[in-house]
Amino acid sequence: MTIDVVGVTKRFKTFTALDHVSLTIRSGELVALLGPSGSGKTTLLRIIAGLEWPDTGEVRFDGEDALSRSVRERNVGFVFQHYALFRHMNVFENVAFGLRVRRGADKLPEAAIRGKVNELLSLVQIDWLAERYPAQLSGGQRQRVALARALAISPRVLLLDEPFGALDAKVRKELRRWLRHLHEELPVTSVLVTHDQEEALELADRVVVMGHGRIEQVGSPAEVYDDPATAFVHDFIGETIALPGEVRGGALYFGAHALGLDPQGVADGPARILARPHDVDLADPGSTPFAGKVLAVRTFGPTRRADVELAGETGAVVVEAAVPHGQTLEPGTRVGLLPRRYKVFTSPRAT
Amino acid sequence: MSLSSSRIAFRQQSVIPGFGLTMGLTLTWLGLIVLLPLSALFIKTSELSFERFIAIVTAARTLHALQVSFGLALAAALVNVVFGAIVVWVLVRYEFPFKKGVDALIDIPFALPTAVAGIALTALYAENGWVGSLLAPLGIQVSFTPLGILVALIFIGLPFVVRTVQPVLADLDQELEEAAASLGATRTQTLIKVVLPSIWPALLTGFALAFARAVGEYGSVIFIAGNLPGVSEIAPLLIVIRLEEFRYADATAIATVMLLASFALLLVINRLQRWAELRGSRHG
Repeated sequence: MTIDVVGVTKRFKTFTALDHVSLTIRSGELVALLGPSGSGKTTLLRIIAGLEWPDTGEVRFDGEDALSRSVRERNVGFVFQHYALFRHMNVFENVAFGLRVRRGADKLPEAAIRGKVNELLSLVQIDWLAERYPAQLSGGQRQRVALARALAISPRVLLLDEPFGALDAKVRKELRRWLRHLHEELPVTSVLVTHDQEEALELADRVVVMGHGRIEQVGSPAEVYDDPATAFVHDFIGETIALPGEVRGGALYFGAHALGLDPQGVADGPARILARPHDVDLADPGSTPFAGKVLAVRTFGPTRRADVELAGETGAVVVEAAVPHGQTLEPGTRVGLLPRRYKVFTSPRAT
Repeated sequence: MSLSSSRIAFRQQSVIPGFGLTMGLTLTWLGLIVLLPLSALFIKTSELSFERFIAIVTAARTLHALQVSFGLALAAALVNVVFGAIVVWVLVRYEFPFKKGVDALIDIPFALPTAVAGIALTALYAENGWVGSLLAPLGIQVSFTPLGILVALIFIGLPFVVRTVQPVLADLDQELEEAAASLGATRTQTLIKVVLPSIWPALLTGFALAFARAVGEYGSVIFIAGNLPGVSEIAPLLIVIRLEEFRYADATAIATVMLLASFALLLVINRLQRWAELRGSRHG
């Protein structure tokens, strides 16, 4: 099912959670809403579900107005961050809930309910837990119950709010793979909210990066990582080295020193040159756009980082650079930084 | 081996110190405050011969008084569970002007001297009272009838239900109701299948407390009841009457029956509650 979100704005008292957000989610795809807390991603998910109503704007399911329908009538499967399992029902009854509450013509005979629930429990690989109660389950198992319960109503769209947020790192990784696999088997249009970029990049067909109630970029995981549309996206996804600069007459400068880098069409004014750490080479200080003094070198696991102090006119700027494997770098030496791939954005700071 | 295991069964290894001291104090205190007066009651009763005891407690007047006390206490507790639950729902779930004031109002029956409550209710429900004068043309007489007792018992029992259920409902995750709605449950289905089972143990506790309070209530009832033997005489009043007649053993015999009946009922409610709680959260 296609979901169209058109010009949705939502305010909570003085806080604007969503600011004219428009988004199209294609049928059968798995989309991740990615952003820091307070970016409005959960509010957007709850509006799509019908748990929240926008102040202005439209939500359409397959072209039909969804806002006129309550959450009960929208047929959405919602997986809550803390699972919201019914504590007084066992796993089987939790999953069967959506089928048991049906009335009239939609009501299923008991045998059909049993069949469907058992099928779902084996799909999420917890059929052996059917008689247990939620309190007797681990976090990962509860997550699977919540998912099976949401899938029981054959939802037109599956909405997941931070589905792996409360799990430990190892279980999270495992469940992530499994969810992706499940999506291949059962291609329900799915929207996932997360603040974990790794999760979004690994799991989703498309990633919607949100910040301050707006959509910053929509694209494939590779697009948002390799070609961030805004400085916010560059900063938020992956590691970023920020180099200072200024565009004057169509060329990039650092202080009085011409950098010889492409300003990428950014207008005159202060700019930020953003690059991934692995896209910045360390080189001989004489030949590179930037040169500075190594303050410290830190090692964590396979990666090493060097703090390099660049002397500017308005004061020193410390930049963290990646040290390639096998290269030694002593604090105090001068080193040159050569960005191979980079993006130039106007700096929000005034001069 | 057997020695150490039996030791562990009685007193588990624990990081919380002071088990011996606090357990000793608890037992002494309970013995002094609860068990000593109770045993005095039984000892006093044992002055009677068994035949005499049976004769006292099966006398028509005694039986009727016990029936009035227990029957009306159960009825009042039931009414309080239903309306108390509604009051709790409104107090927890909605915002409205003077909410704090309404919330404070709940405790009035706790704080009001029961005699004051009894006099106020009697005046209100008497045939020439504000409410009584409206009910009289319909042929409903409240003051000086068992109905009056019921009104008084409902009045004093309400806060017990409200104050036990309120924190439980407030803690109930609203996501549960959202989950039920997203799965297609109507409002009524959500209430019956999700909300009620979650607050069920608390409702039972509230019921037990309201019932226990109502069985023993004396002050407010004697004003409104009219105290006609065989009609609107409650068991605690009968005990007082026997005491005034210096028939102490008779009084304690009735008291013993009340005590045993209350204990049995509370035990049943307690088991029910345990069962409901177990259903709600089974831990391995």
